[in-house]
Amino acid sequence: MSETILSIKNLNKNYGSLQAVSNLSFTIKKGNVYGILGPNGSGKSTTLGIVLNVVNKSSGEFSWFNNTINTHDALKKVGAIIEHPNFYPYMTAYDNLKLVCRIKGIHTKAITEKLELVGLIDRKDSKFSAFSLGMKQRLAIASALLNDPEILILDEPTNGLDPQGIHQIRELITKIASQGTTILLASHLLDEVEKVCSHAIILRKGVKIYEGRVDELIASKGYFELNATKKSELLAFLNSHQAFGTVKEEDGKIIAILNEELNAEELNKTLLEQGIYLSLLVKRKESLENQFLQLTNNK
Amino acid sequence: MKRLLQIEFQKLWLNKLSRFLILAYFFLLTSIALIAVIKFDIGPIKFHLAEQGIFNFPYIWHFNAFIASFFKLFLAIIIISMVANEFSNRTLKQNLIDGLSKKEFVYSKFLMVVVFSILSTIFVFVISLILGLVYSDFTEIGIIFSDLEFILAYFIKHIGFFSFCLFIGMLIKRSAFALGFLVIWNFIEWIIYGLLFWKFGKGSTLPDNIASFFPFRAMSNLIDEPFSRLSAVKAVANQVGENFNFDYAVHWYEIVIVIVWSFLFIYGSYRLLLKRDL
Repeated sequence: MSETILSIKNLNKNYGSLQAVSNLSFTIKKGNVYGILGPNGSGKSTTLGIVLNVVNKSSGEFSWFNNTINTHDALKKVGAIIEHPNFYPYMTAYDNLKLVCRIKGIHTKAITEKLELVGLIDRKDSKFSAFSLGMKQRLAIASALLNDPEILILDEPTNGLDPQGIHQIRELITKIASQGTTILLASHLLDEVEKVCSHAIILRKGVKIYEGRVDELIASKGYFELNATKKSELLAFLNSHQAFGTVKEEDGKIIAILNEELNAEELNKTLLEQGIYLSLLVKRKESLENQFLQLTNNK
Repeated sequence: MKRLLQIEFQKLWLNKLSRFLILAYFFLLTSIALIAVIKFDIGPIKFHLAEQGIFNFPYIWHFNAFIASFFKLFLAIIIISMVANEFSNRTLKQNLIDGLSKKEFVYSKFLMVVVFSILSTIFVFVISLILGLVYSDFTEIGIIFSDLEFILAYFIKHIGFFSFCLFIGMLIKRSAFALGFLVIWNFIEWIIYGLLFWKFGKGSTLPDNIASFFPFRAMSNLIDEPFSRLSAVKAVANQVGENFNFDYAVHWYEIVIVIVWSFLFIYGSYRLLLKRDL
C-alpha cells in the first residue's frame, strides 16, 4: 500500500441552490498519475479549489498527507496551477518565482533550474505582462515545480493554448510524470488524460461516476461493425448470440457491442456456416472518448 | 514575520506606482520644513512664519502632527491598491495555493500598515525635532520632550486610518471604488452628525458624543486643530471679543476608540477573507 497524499471524504459544496460538488470521496496515492475528467461545470475546479484552500467547503472532509500537517503547510509541499496563470504583471519571471520561494519558505537556487526546464531561462528578466499565454503557462509550471512537490496539481493546463503550446505542455507533463512525481490533472480533454494518466476519476454534475484505472475503463470487449445483404438474418443471429449485448443499426451499418471475448475470425466462420456472407467486418475497441460520453450521458 | 515583511516589501517595491507614491509621500513630509521659509517682507509688514511660534517646543509636536497627517492620503492609495490588486491580478488566490494561509495574508498586510505608520511617525518626530531645535525659543530638555502624546496620537491615528483602508480594499476589491468609498464614508459621517445635530438641537452635547465613536471622527479627534492655540491667533481673537477655550489634549478614551476600530477593521478583513470563495 503506497502512501496516501490526499484523501477526500463526503465532500459537498453548494453555491446557493446549485450543488457543485456532491458527496465526493476519493484518495490520491503517491506515484500515480490521476486524471479528473468531467464536462465543463462538473465540479472539477471547485473540488481542486477546496483542497487548495481557496474555496470553502460546505461539508465533508479532506486531509493532506494523512492529516500530519495543516492545509497551508501541506500546500507548501504541493505544486498547483489553477486555470489561468496568476502572477504579478509588473514583476519579471525571476522575481515572480522568487516571491513564490519566499511564500513556500524555500531557497531561491531552484529558480534557474526550473526556468531552464520549461525553456524560459532566456526570458527570466522579462516582465510577466509581456509574456504570451503559452509562456505564462510554462512559467506557472516552473513555479509549481520550485519546491520539487510531492504532488503536482494541474487544472486544464492546456486551455486556450495553440497546438504548439499544447504540445509543449504535454511533453512537460509526461517528462515530469516519468520522474515519478504524483500528478493530479483535471481536464475535459480525454486524449490528454488517456495519454498521461494511469488512474481516472470521472465527475458529472458534482457526482463521481467512475474511479479506477484508465486501462480498466477502456477495457471493454470492443464492438463489431458489420454489414451483409441478408441483413435481417444477420440481425436475428446477432440478437440470439450470447456474446453480443446491444445490437443497433447506424448509418446503414450494424453495430454489435460485445459482452464477452470474441474474435473476428471466429465470428466470420460462424456466420459463413449460417450462410450469411458479410460485406463489412470491422472489430473496434472503444475509445476513452466513447466510454466517457456514455458514462456522462447515460446516468 | 521577517518572511512576511520580505514578501510584502517585494510586492510593493517592484511596483512602480507604489514606489513612486511612497517616495513622494516621504518627500512631502520632509517639505513641512519648507513652512519655515515662508516670509513676507513688504515694507513695514515683516512676517516670518517660523518666528510666530509655530516651531516652539512643545507646540511643534501638535502643529506638525496635525499638518503631516494630511499627506496620509498618499499611503491610503498604496494600502488600498496593494490589497485590491491582489484580487484583480488574482494573485491572492495564487498566494494561498502556494501555501500562504489566509491569516498570514491579512497579517502581512497589517504589518505593512504598522511599518508605514512607524516610518511616518519617526519621520515626523525627527523633522519636528530638527525644526524645533533650529527655531524654537525654548530648548530645555524638559520642554522639548513634553507633549509627546501628540506623536503617539499621530501613530495611532495612522494605524486606524490605514486599517480602515485595508478593510475597504478587502471589502470592495477594486482600488478606484474603494477610494471613492473612503470619500463617501466621510460624507456619511457628516450627514449622520448633521441629522443628530438637527434632532437634538444646538445646546446638546449628545451629537458630538455619539459622533466621536464614528471611525473618521474618532481619528480626527485624536489631534485637534492647533491653529487657535497660537498666541498670534489668540491675540486677534481676544481683540474681536472671542475667547477660545478648546480642549486640545489627547484623551485616553480617544485613543481607545481608534484602537478598537483598528482591531475591528483588521479582524473584519480576516473574517471577510475567511468566508470568501476566491
